[in-house]
Amino acid sequence: MAHLPLDRQLLNACAALLLLLSFAMLSQRRIVSLVNLLAVQGAVLATATLLLAWRTGEAHLYLSAALTLTLKVLFLPWLLHRLIRRLGVYWDTEPLLNISGTMLSGILIVVFAFGLAQPITHLASTATRDAIGIAIGVVLLAFLMMITRRKAMSQVVGFLSMENGLFFGAMSATYGMPMVVELGVALDLLVAVLVLGVFFFQIREQFDSLDLHHLERLRERS
Amino acid sequence: MKPVALIAQILEIVIALAAAPLFLGWVNQCRAWLANRRAPSALLPYQNIRKLLHKDAVLAHNASPLFRLAPYIVFGAMAVAAGIIPSLAGRLPLVAAADAIALVGLFATARVFLALAAMDVGTAFGTLGARREMMVGFLAEPALLMVIFVASLISATTALPAIAAHLASQQFVIDPSLAFTAVAFTLVLLAENARIPIDNPATHLELTMIHEAMTLEYSARHLALLEWAGALRLFNYTCIGFALFVPWGMAARDTGPPGLIAAIPVLGLKLLAAGAGLALIETLSAKLRILRAPEFLATAFLFAVLGLLVHVLLAGS
Amino acid sequence: MIELAFLLAIPAAGALALALWGAKHHAPELNSAFSLGTFIAACALTARVIREGPLVLWHEQFLIDPFNVFLVTLTAFIGLTTSLFSRPYMRVEIAHGRVTSGRLRLYHSMYQLFMLTMLIALATNNMGLLWVAMEGATLSTVLLVTLYRTPQSLEAGWKYFILCGVGIAQALFGTILLYVAAERVLGAQGVTALLWTHLNAVKSQLEPTVLSLAFVFLLVGYGTKVGLAPLHSWLPDAHAEGPTPISAVLSGLLLNVALYAVVRCKVLVEGSLHSALPARMLMGFGLLSVVLAAFLLFRQRDIKRLFAYSSIEHMGIAAFGFGLSSPVATFAALLHMTVHSLTKSAIFFAAGHAAQKAGSQLMDDIRGLITLSPTVGWGLMLGALAILGLPPFGVFASEFLLLTTAMREQPWSIPILLIALGVAFAAIFGRVQPMVFGDTQARRLPHAPALLPVFAHLAIVLMLGVYIPPYLAEWYRTAAQLIGGS
Repeated sequence: MAHLPLDRQLLNACAALLLLLSFAMLSQRRIVSLVNLLAVQGAVLATATLLLAWRTGEAHLYLSAALTLTLKVLFLPWLLHRLIRRLGVYWDTEPLLNISGTMLSGILIVVFAFGLAQPITHLASTATRDAIGIAIGVVLLAFLMMITRRKAMSQVVGFLSMENGLFFGAMSATYGMPMVVELGVALDLLVAVLVLGVFFFQIREQFDSLDLHHLERLRERS
Repeated sequence: MKPVALIAQILEIVIALAAAPLFLGWVNQCRAWLANRRAPSALLPYQNIRKLLHKDAVLAHNASPLFRLAPYIVFGAMAVAAGIIPSLAGRLPLVAAADAIALVGLFATARVFLALAAMDVGTAFGTLGARREMMVGFLAEPALLMVIFVASLISATTALPAIAAHLASQQFVIDPSLAFTAVAFTLVLLAENARIPIDNPATHLELTMIHEAMTLEYSARHLALLEWAGALRLFNYTCIGFALFVPWGMAARDTGPPGLIAAIPVLGLKLLAAGAGLALIETLSAKLRILRAPEFLATAFLFAVLGLLVHVLLAGS
Repeated sequence: MIELAFLLAIPAAGALALALWGAKHHAPELNSAFSLGTFIAACALTARVIREGPLVLWHEQFLIDPFNVFLVTLTAFIGLTTSLFSRPYMRVEIAHGRVTSGRLRLYHSMYQLFMLTMLIALATNNMGLLWVAMEGATLSTVLLVTLYRTPQSLEAGWKYFILCGVGIAQALFGTILLYVAAERVLGAQGVTALLWTHLNAVKSQLEPTVLSLAFVFLLVGYGTKVGLAPLHSWLPDAHAEGPTPISAVLSGLLLNVALYAVVRCKVLVEGSLHSALPARMLMGFGLLSVVLAAFLLFRQRDIKRLFAYSSIEHMGIAAFGFGLSSPVATFAALLHMTVHSLTKSAIFFAAGHAAQKAGSQLMDDIRGLITLSPTVGWGLMLGALAILGLPPFGVFASEFLLLTTAMREQPWSIPILLIALGVAFAAIFGRVQPMVFGDTQARRLPHAPALLPVFAHLAIVLMLGVYIPPYLAEWYRTAAQLIGGS
């Protein structure tokens, strides 16, 4: 293995950690732990952005890291925790696929993601382009999580994890999107979680539960 | 082969045989301390083995020759493995046979014979233990092979000494793939050696024992050999872990017995740390239901595959 | 510049104002007033474009060219007429107790917010901002779909949110890939690498593999919002369970804007790839949508679901038209987008009133609209005939153009299209006929239905069927050149 400078090693370590966190989220049954893992994922993301900012010296990356920290590590998890407490959803124990099956599908998905990332890796000119495959892997794993869960809260965590992966992909491929776009995306994310919060209350009010099993009646009609 | 090398090889096996029960005793001591109990002496396993050797063996009427031979075969396999694994030195005569895959095969041989012997007498516990052990082994083997695969991918060889030498010669890098593989290996170690969270080595409760159930019918010298083989197995696995992940401090090539003796303190230090770590993990975990064992091993496999993928992606390009 | 500022500021101000006063007695009129202001600004902007040609405004962040100028006016117009329709409609809903005052405030302010996001999405030159606006459009309508708080509406809203959310995440990935490719050629000067005008200028230099990958993600992502099969399952539920004005704007506006986004991306990708891959993908999805929707039309029991599937079908036709890629086909597709939004929203207006009269959305419960309320009955009848492609309405003109082009260029698709169109005709006509004629015992509603929107739309569609104003035709032609010709 070539001897990379320390910051690149750390960036690679951050990428590997992100992948590990995605798998951990796949196997997690406690919703509180899911949200905590999401917060840790956001923290790793902010660290990676900071490292990249320090390495490349681009000012907007510092801003981006600050934005990620406030939004994804502090504010959104706090919002989600508040929702969990008020709605009383703590467990998501009936996935559609058992843990071993989910893990194996996850591995296949990551391999597929790495293959998908090859042409992009060849094109990108950043130092971190190797991590693009990991970013796509995180996105697809979050997608798998959304598909295989019953509770609405877990699907939301999966959605936010998908956004984390996309953000990491943007960062490793192009040193982040233009600031205005990043601000827009952050705003959208915030509004999405707020809207979801309201939504959950409506669902809970109607069904007394956040199990998505109840939301399947429209399927029988055409 | 040169006589010096032969003597060094035999010396290494002897040291391993002698040190294994001590390592087991150290682990038990740490567990006792962590559980706030008075620790038994670290030499207790030796006393156990000595006590057992003095007794008369009692065998069931329907025990076949396999039943009597199995302890010797298991012990022999473990001893040979101890010779192959580079615990003290990297270049010993048995190096030609020190392919990591062959090593896995040796462990598998031991497991198979133990399981066959357990089923030989026809008791319920024996069969129960044998089935569970085979299930755990069957699931742990892919994970172990994947760990070895990643290590050999990094070092471009499956010979354990070569892997160790390659890693020892590099400067320290933060390699996430090695970290993942190390975690996977630890999980496999816990599973294969019947430690918590897969199996409680101190229990004799019918519903929960795996390894103990297989040795239930043995007594006296057979049991002594099996216990020793168990301690050797743990020692071997730990030394494999050292060779794969913490290979510094081994004797240089062609230094003969003096070099080996000089390498003992480093090995001792590593074993102390590993034993304490193992005891810590055992104390912090609870024993899993047997139904959860496949999940545990799937996690180990997952970590190993993750290590592979991360290595291929981040370092292979 | 100032027209654009007004165009965006008025809905923004409206959203804020209605968040505060949206439950007052005259709130629906206030809503219509803001929509009228937006429409006037749009007309002023259009007049400016007629005088001066395409505009690039405000540090190149906004672009008004022949492709989106008529869409901007169309959006503002349908926004106005829907707000006029929503006045009596929501008043009846309040009288029936289905909406509370808090929810009414939410409804009005989200309506204006939705208009704002649509207009931003149409007018922006920045692909990233386009994404943000599309996501904003989804978010502003999610809570509106669940306005009635029934279990079915909650399910519809959840499906809408998750499917469109995942879709939009794919579209974000596609946008990132676009940025990766663009940065290589344009350099990382921050925002300019995402501007459509710049990308269009250098599209032949963009890396083909990355762009084809990007297009797949963008098509899947934005295509979910267009309602292309197989990503359409949110559409019927969202249309059926939300209030009717929302169904009208979803069908009439959101689907159009999403298709607009897809086509903008298609122009870039085709310029880079020089192959027919994007066109063929659009054609494939379009045909699939047409066939699927046509055959699913028979199973519908709910009037709004019926017309929602009809929307899927017509969006499929438009996508097919864009996929054919010749100037005539693109012209037809653009015309189809226009007349479909007008007709479909008119149908939803009539259907909304019909459902209110009958007290139920099930078609078996709606009977005899002609005798009960001639305007609603005629409106529904004419609207259904218009959407089915009967001459001289505009839909006939666009479908005819499309079919003739397809016959020349992709003859294998003709039997599929004709069968699907025929099946749809039978299904819809067979359902609408007993609804309009037939015996009924329903009673009159407390508020008179809004007549103007329905007939205004149908009149415009009729006009477009026989006569297209010269500047509109010119825009269609130029846009067709821009999209398909080069």
